[in-house]
Amino acid sequence: MKYLHLTWSNLRRKKLRTLLTLLSITVAFVLYGYLAAIRVGLSAGVDVAGADRLIVRHRVSIAQPLPQTYQARIARIPGVAAVIHQSWFGGIYQDPKNFFSQFPVEPESFLRMYPEYLLPEDQKQAWFRTRTGVIVGRATAKRFGWKVGDRIPIQATIWTKKDGGRVWDFDIVGIYDGAQKATDTTIMFLRYDYFDETRLFGTGNVGWFIVRVKDPDHAAEVAAAIDAEFANSSAETKAETEKAFVGGWARQIADIGTIIKAILSAVFFTILLVAGNTVAQSVRERTEELGVLKAMGFTNALVLALVLAESCLLACLGGGLGLALAWFLIARGDPTHGALNVFYFPVKDLAAGVVLALALGLVTGLIPAWQAGRLRIADALRKG
Amino acid sequence: MSVAESTLVQVQAVEKFYRRGSETVHVLEGIDLGVRAGEFLALMGPSGSGKSTLLNLLGGLDRPTKGTIEIGGERMDHLPDRPLAAWRARHIGFVFQFYNLLPVLTAERNVELPLLLTPLSRAERKRRVAIALAIVGLAHRAKHFPRQLSGGEQQRAGIARAIVTDPTLLLCDEPTGDLDRKAGDEVLNLLQALSRDHGKTVIMVTHDPHASARATRTVFLYKGQIVTEMPK
Ligand SMILES: Nc1ncnc2c1ncn2[C@@H]1O[C@H](COP(=O)(O)OP(=O)(O)OP(=O)(O)O)[C@@H](O)[C@H]1O
Ligand SMILES: [Mg+2]
Repeated sequence: MKYLHLTWSNLRRKKLRTLLTLLSITVAFVLYGYLAAIRVGLSAGVDVAGADRLIVRHRVSIAQPLPQTYQARIARIPGVAAVIHQSWFGGIYQDPKNFFSQFPVEPESFLRMYPEYLLPEDQKQAWFRTRTGVIVGRATAKRFGWKVGDRIPIQATIWTKKDGGRVWDFDIVGIYDGAQKATDTTIMFLRYDYFDETRLFGTGNVGWFIVRVKDPDHAAEVAAAIDAEFANSSAETKAETEKAFVGGWARQIADIGTIIKAILSAVFFTILLVAGNTVAQSVRERTEELGVLKAMGFTNALVLALVLAESCLLACLGGGLGLALAWFLIARGDPTHGALNVFYFPVKDLAAGVVLALALGLVTGLIPAWQAGRLRIADALRKG
Repeated sequence: MSVAESTLVQVQAVEKFYRRGSETVHVLEGIDLGVRAGEFLALMGPSGSGKSTLLNLLGGLDRPTKGTIEIGGERMDHLPDRPLAAWRARHIGFVFQFYNLLPVLTAERNVELPLLLTPLSRAERKRRVAIALAIVGLAHRAKHFPRQLSGGEQQRAGIARAIVTDPTLLLCDEPTGDLDRKAGDEVLNLLQALSRDHGKTVIMVTHDPHASARATRTVFLYKGQIVTEMPK
């Protein structure tokens, strides 16, 4: 610790050079933070998908409806613990830009199926009582400034009402939170009974079913049994695990992940050269000073450690600043305003960033430090 | 006190070769030299005669090719790097021609550097730095950076740095070589006082007869050999 002053003073030797290097490291780490947040944003669904849940959709596409009567038949299939249905509402709030999903569901069974949606008991009860009641996730409520008790008009794009109107008025009775950070809290859930009675057409149909299996290890067999049940019917089904369902996404996300890794590698390789050059240059400039320190009795190991400390201090200052800035900026929200349902800087990636900064310091300092340590005093002093 | 007891530095049959490609350069040959404790020895000779090389050997910055060097009765010429560094920290104070202060540190921080290697507390380091700066007459310049000091002041700070650990031996390589007469005289006064009043043993390389006149003894080096010894 008593050498800290010396290390710090050496960094201040060429203030502009140090500052520029520091800035480039900072920028690299801000970028790192954003890319980490984008990656979780894209893969959020995949990470929280329940292994014990199946999605049963129309064989042709998820846009094709299934009869609600399937629900009872699915429930009878061995290995099925519970089954609920969801549908696609596809409404617009004020402006098509304000996109978020709305699903008609049956409140009680739905909340049992999704324990990751946290809703206070009184709001649950209010939803069970109120036919026009909806619950919205924290993210969407925040985005539009909605509170419990608000009545919000949603413009239908598909579902005209029986009275010919296309504007549905809903009452917000609850705002739910996610049990995990990666839980999607952008969706609005409305009541299926109200939806089904009020819409002009499509009555008795649902979008898809969600099935909870008794044993996740047998999920594939249960899925096969469900598809067999409806084979050769007018609406054949395709059942798969939630993970596999979002897995189609996941493959694309994996590709994006690869691109992100490539970008980061290029950025950090550049930073390595920039910071490495700064350290190497500053050590070369003071060969004589290092010789003087050794003449005083500083050991080779200590001189090596001092140079390494310098490069680590530089990298950690730049990295720390960059990570802190990224944390602050990311906490202010998704810069695309809604394209990513989940957007945060995971602590795991933050910790990895700290390790990365330290590694950057060590790697950039390694060669100059080794040279400084090896420097023979008589040679160093002759340079003067 | 017997002569043997008061001999601080004992150099015997020291040779130093450098290998430059295929040829061997003999920089020092058959050097025998004794320095008594408290002596102020001047080392003179033409450029390239090996003065700095000899001083480096005495200070443990380099090792002789042959021969032995004893300082304070202890052979140090064959010590490995790490104990040799520790030995230097304890016994040697260097003063350089171009002062060689770290430009990024204030005078007091420069003087403190050798004390960082000791287990002394911060307060104790500060106290010793203040004493060393007072001895060289720079107490009022403690917070100044080297570029804010004159050449003479920088060299006095360099001397403070060399004596702050109270070393056994003070080695000066042309300490006045870069100074004008007045500043040079101040530095010489200081070295003389350190030797005479504080009992320090000083070995000083110089080209300047005016400087060597202050020494208690002068030794001449010529082509790597000691040619005449003229006690003063
Ligand atoms: N590392 C080395 N490799 C090869 N030759 C060296 C080395 N160090 C010193 N020499 C040679 O040794 C000789 C003596 O050098 P030294 O620096 O001791 O001379 P000096 O008496 O101090 O000269 P000056 O008065 O110019 O400082 C020179 O010829 C120099 O070139
Ligand atoms: Mg010399």
